[in-house]
Amino acid sequence: MTFLNIIFFITAAVVVTATGFAITRQNAVHAVCYLVISFMGTAVLFYLLGAPLLAALEVIIYAGGIMVLFLFVIMMIRDQRTAVQPPDQIRTWLPALILSGLCGLMACFLVYADFGIQTGSPAGIGAPRDFGRILFNDFWLPVEIASLLLLASLVGALYLGRKNDKRIEDIP
Amino acid sequence: MTVSFTCILFLAVLLFLMGTACVMTRKNLFMILIGAEIMLNSAGIAFAAAAMHWQDLHGQVMVLFIMTAAAAEIAVALALIVCIQRRTGSVSADHYNLLKG
Repeated sequence: MTFLNIIFFITAAVVVTATGFAITRQNAVHAVCYLVISFMGTAVLFYLLGAPLLAALEVIIYAGGIMVLFLFVIMMIRDQRTAVQPPDQIRTWLPALILSGLCGLMACFLVYADFGIQTGSPAGIGAPRDFGRILFNDFWLPVEIASLLLLASLVGALYLGRKNDKRIEDIP
Repeated sequence: MTVSFTCILFLAVLLFLMGTACVMTRKNLFMILIGAEIMLNSAGIAFAAAAMHWQDLHGQVMVLFIMTAAAAEIAVALALIVCIQRRTGSVSADHYNLLKG
């Protein structure tokens, strides 16, 4: 039980606890705040897994960018009619439990299946320089496709967010 | 770090199942998106763990592309939520029965 292992298990506990709080909050703002804690913990996990650049990007993009965008939109939308929960909670949770159980079974199979792959010794890898070299040497085409995807999402978000005065009145 | 690969995969699976349960049970559109984010994030953890396990940086590159896809998805999804909220005045998935067959 080395020092890094203890840090890993503490961080994993923090991430799981924060995520558990996040998915059970009624208020979406509280959920986003817990999710920021979860993403910070995930950044620590990435660092422990030998990916310092990904840890920085996790904080910058996820916790700093996406979650702040969430908060802006949640606060921009004024009238949040609360969702009507069905009276019997079992009908809500049963499909989720069944699907989660199936996913868990498949994941356990994948974890314990032996694919006969030789494994190397784990060590710290992934300095940002090597990462960038692999990214722009082997993956230059996916990088271009990702930039096109971001451009398309930007145009789509602008198109969807334009002024629109048509409002449907016959909503219950 | 000497934590076993199985241990990290169990963490990723647990987070993924939490995200799945969130997507399936919640009615608020923001909570559904948060569940999708949790699922993408857990996939990223699994990729990073695999990259360390097999000493191959391609897994970390995949995490970068997952982040890109998540950012694009969230931008379009939030724009869709704002658009549909202007029309219906609600962010609950129950109130989006406008097509009427």
